This record gives sequence, structure tokens and C-alpha cells, in this order.
Amino acid sequence: MIPTSHAFKENVRHALGDANLQKAMTNLRAGFVERRALMISRLPEWEDLRDQAVAIKKHTLANLDFYLETFEQNVLANGGKVHWCRDAAEANAAVLAICRELGAKTVTKGKSMIGEEMAVNDHLEANGIVPVETDLGEYIIQIRHEGPSHIIAPAIHLVKEQVADSFRATHTTLDPRRPLDDARQMCDEARAVLRQKFLEADVGITGANFLIAETGSSIIVTNEGNGDLTQTLPRAHIVLASLEKVVPTLEDAATILRLLARSATGQEFSAYTTISTGPRRAADPDGPGQYHVVLLDNGRSALLGTEFEDMLRCIRCAACLNHCPVYEAVGGKSYGWVYPGPMGSVLTPSLLGIEEAGNLPNASTFCGRCESVCPMKIPLPNMMRHWREREFARHLSPASSRWGVAAWAFLATRPRLYHAAADAAAFVLGFFGKARGRFRTLPLAAGWTDTRDMPAPQGKSFHRLWAARDRS
Amino acid sequence: MSDAREAMLGRIRRALRRGPLDEAATAPLAARLKEHKRNLIPQRAVALDHRGQVALFAAMAEGVNATVARVSAADEVPGAVADYLSRLNLPARLVMAPDPALEAIPWSARPLLEIRKGRAEDGDAAGVTACFAAVAETGTLMLHSGPESPTRNNFLPDTHIVVLRSQQVVASYEDGFDQLRRKFARQEGGAALPRTVNFITGPSRTADIEQKIELGAHGPRRLHIVLIDDDDGQA
Repeated sequence: MIPTSHAFKENVRHALGDANLQKAMTNLRAGFVERRALMISRLPEWEDLRDQAVAIKKHTLANLDFYLETFEQNVLANGGKVHWCRDAAEANAAVLAICRELGAKTVTKGKSMIGEEMAVNDHLEANGIVPVETDLGEYIIQIRHEGPSHIIAPAIHLVKEQVADSFRATHTTLDPRRPLDDARQMCDEARAVLRQKFLEADVGITGANFLIAETGSSIIVTNEGNGDLTQTLPRAHIVLASLEKVVPTLEDAATILRLLARSATGQEFSAYTTISTGPRRAADPDGPGQYHVVLLDNGRSALLGTEFEDMLRCIRCAACLNHCPVYEAVGGKSYGWVYPGPMGSVLTPSLLGIEEAGNLPNASTFCGRCESVCPMKIPLPNMMRHWREREFARHLSPASSRWGVAAWAFLATRPRLYHAAADAAAFVLGFFGKARGRFRTLPLAAGWTDTRDMPAPQGKSFHRLWAARDRS
Repeated sequence: MSDAREAMLGRIRRALRRGPLDEAATAPLAARLKEHKRNLIPQRAVALDHRGQVALFAAMAEGVNATVARVSAADEVPGAVADYLSRLNLPARLVMAPDPALEAIPWSARPLLEIRKGRAEDGDAAGVTACFAAVAETGTLMLHSGPESPTRNNFLPDTHIVVLRSQQVVASYEDGFDQLRRKFARQEGGAALPRTVNFITGPSRTADIEQKIELGAHGPRRLHIVLIDDDDGQA
């Protein structure tokens, strides 16, 4: 998908005026936030599990080359294959080559953020292969020709009437007068349509929540069962995974799995957690004949050893999105690419560059909820701050804000001058604002006063009051 | 694409400011893999005796919309299955995984149950499988692929009935991993694990339309567990 992260402000204006989006986003709180809190309250070991999970990932990243090589050896030993890919183009080429060799016509897909990052559907389509998304949310956005707005609930920006319209426009062989008023009817319709696709597909593509070095396995976590039908019925199973998905052992994965579903959907455990190891065995009555892991770097190794390395612990649970006041207000598509919310504000500049995505780390109130709910304790606000610093250092931020910051810095490092200026401002604004108590407009402050009044100062500055308090 | 492989490993090592790890450095890592030590396991299930774990398993499974029927012996299973299907007005037709554990059950005691043995196909409305273990901590069933247990039987039928013996209930996922390793380590030169291991916690579900939870997205709409109480009372 073509990024529009550079147009963040424009996207936001549009999002704030989108009545459907604003209605849909009200589902976030009950759907995710409350259920997560309930599940965590039932697990007294929560904080200790977080600490252990962080330690596991840190250990793995410090020895990433070893664990990836071991993973590959074990995949090979089980009869599978690992395709090392530096970037999305190499990964797309690898997927296409596997499909071509099998003469594949249709491909079913489980939800994969790496697939979104690669835009693998576009690549397959351009080469005459039909990709079918099978996760209900992904299917909905695929038939609407849009990108995901959330990393685990890709269609969360839509209301059910929009989904019904898309189903009617796409499933044209069905009775146009059929009722499609509630989610149940739409689920049943998608189930029937996609069941045929599962049975017809030549190749199944899934993502991976974990790669297990010890056994050469991949693990996916789903609720619908689509990922399992996707990988079980076709002739080949392709796993799309970025290199930081590897963990040493099944036990290490189990620790992080205890955090994942609770953080993501507020479940004790997802309906389906599936460990896949190699292709079907000789005596197996079903399963894919080939097992391929497309191992993608795409800028991740460049984060190792930098102030952004902690981002490689991310398990894509979306808790940071679900608890972000900015995300809740503007929706995921405002962020303009695959990864929205706080994790996207850190990751997107790393993957697309600060020129494209410099707006995103600025779209934060630094309230810190993202870091506090992150199961992997990723210091998201700090990393957004690092991006802001880089943006500032590279003169990418607008001149007005640079001047503003420079002027403030000049004052803030000269306390006498600062106090004099604060006293003067409090006096002047207090004098002119006395009658009304607030300002509807102020010079240079339209960004504030366009949407709310500025209260007029009453009395002295904070510093003066504090000093007076100390004296008394 | 071995160029890409070397390039990626090279980038990682440069970022970590070192070359390839020597044997002194990899030995403890290899030992860590071999040992696959357990991390913290929540007390919820491990603190209970086995009876308590079985009860916890059933309660957790019911908490995620599975249903549990308890019977006291294998020969009561056909009746429990027939009753379940008739209570929901479902046809008395089943596809049964070719599993010896299921074949040992006296299905002929219920001649009205129509049973086809083998791999599930599209159109099989209900299926019965055995399972490998069950995890008390979250009410999770553990099944794996093999000649006797096609994976598709766990996903294609609308109704998935699982026959579980209470002795198969373990406390944690880690207990299940150890049992898997024990079972598959015996196979000479074979892989460490079967092709597929399914952890199943309740029926299929989605909340992708307005965050409203609907059961039966793509996998089974119903998950019914027939629990044979064969515990001999030991803790």
C-alpha cells in the first residue's frame, strides 16, 4: 500500500469528520480495554511474566544470528525451507516463485502484518494469482480495497452497515433481498463464501507469532480457525515472518503466549494456538506437502544496537493502540500505513524513513499509557521522543515550531528573563482577559483558540506563588 | 538466495558489534535449547491436586463457550454423544478420526449413530476426535496431527466433539510440551514434533464486525467435550 503518513494532518481532519469512523471507534473500550483489565486481574503473576518475557526477548536479540541459524537448521531437518529476504521485494519474489513452481492459481491467506508490509497481495495479483484473505476483518477490507486500521482488528473502523453494503456489492450471486442486519448473518455469509476458497486453494499463506529455534516450528495464534484451514488444506504452507519473531524454546513461547491473548483481545488464551513443524509426514492423511518460511528483515536489523532496539520485542498485541487517546480519536488509517498507534509511530519511521513518517511520533500526548500496558515493556514514548529529536536535528520539522522551540529554549535557560517574561505575560493577559475570563482568539495561538478558549491568567505566575509559599 | 542470508547475518553481527559467535559462546546457548527450562508458570493450576485440575479444566473450557459432559466410563460415550446431538436437533451422523482410542469405544451400542471413519470432508456436519492432552490452566485441548488424527477433523465440521480422559488433563502448556517431546523423541531420526499441534480453547470465534463476539467464524461453531472420569483418585 502506498503510504500517506506524510499527510497525517490531512488524514486526521478527514477522520475527525467521519461519522461512521467515530461511531465505530467507540467499540474499542468495551471490546478491548475492559476485557484486558479483567483478564489481568485474574492472573497474579502478570508483572513477573512481563519481566521474564522481556528477558527472553533481550537474550534472543543479543544472540539473534545464532537463534536464526539454529531455527533454519531445524526447519531443514524437518523437511522445510527458509527463504532469507532482505526486503519486501525479495520476499515477494520468494512467495511468487513457490506459487509458480506449484502452478498455483489461488492462494488463501491468514492475517499477516508482514504480508501487509510486503503488499504481497498486490504482487500476487499483478502476476495472475488470486489471493483471498480469510480472516473476517482482512476479508472485509480486501473486498473494500482498503488497508487495515488496526493490527489485530483490521476492520475496526467500519460500522456493520458498511460491511453489509460491501457484502452485497461483492457476493452478487446471492439473493439481493437477503437480510444482512447483524454480525451473525454476515459471519455466516463470509463463512460459506470462504469455505469454498479454503477447499480450492493451492497455497496457504500465514504469518507467525513465533518462530521456535529449538524445533524449527512456527506458531500462529488466531480465533477464527481461518489460519488453520489456510495451512492445512492446500498443497503448500508459506509462513511470512520477520526475523525478530524467533524465540529459543517452546517454553519461552509459552511465557509470551500468556501475555499475548490477554493483552490483545482480553482472552485467557486465544481459541487456536497452532504449532507447525515442516510439511506433512509420509503417513499423515492431510496437511501441506511443502513448508516454507519467508524470513524478512526489511530494516529490522538496522534497529539492533540502536535506541530503537527495544521495538524488536513487540509482539503485535495492539494493547498500545487500544489504550491510546490519539488512536481512539483518529483511527488507524490516519497513520497512513500498515502499523498505526504508538507502536506504528515508532516503527513506521524506522521502516519508511523519517521524511515519510516524521508526523507520527509527534502524534502523541506522551500520556504514557502505551508503555504502561505494553506486555513487553517497550518504552514507546521515549522512542517517539528519539524520533522527534532526530527530526529536529535534521531540520525536518516546520519552521514555526522550530522558531517556537528556539525562543522557548532561549528563555528557559535564562531564569531571570523567563520570570520577567512570565510576569509580563500574566499581567498583560490578565488585564485584557479580566472582563471575560477567557480569550476567543489570541495572536500566534490560533492552533489553540480555533477549537477552545484560552483561560485568562488570574493573579501571579506559578513561580511567584511557589516562592511566596516557601517564604510563609 | 544465500547472498541475502549472509547479508542479513552480517548486518545482525555488525549491529551487535561482533563477528560470528565462537564455540565458547554458542555452547551455553545450545545447552539452553537442550535444557528448554521452564519459566514462571502461574499457580492457578499447578497448585491444585489432579481432581482440582480436572475441575478447573472443565470450568475454564465452559467459560469460553465449550460444553462439557462427564461420563464415568468409555462405554457411556456413545450415549452421551447421541444425547448431545439430539438435544441440539443435530443429525445423528458423525465423521470419526481413525484413532484407536475412539475405536475402542462401543459405538454399536447406539446403532442410530451413523459413523463414518476417516478424514473430514466439506459437508461433514459433526465430527468426533480424541485428543492428546488438556491444559487445566486455560481449559485448552491439545491435539496433534498423525496417521490417526487428521488436522482438518478439528476444523471442518460445524460441531467438534472431543473425547477426553480425565487422566489426560495436565496443569500447564509446559506439561503438554514435555509429553509431546517424550512421545516424539522415540521416533528414530524423525522430527522433534508432529507436523501440527493444535491448542484449542473453545469454539471458533470472531469479533471483527463492531467488536461483537460471534461463535463459529471458520472453524467449529460448537465444541463439546465428553470427559471420561477415569481418575483413580491419585493426586
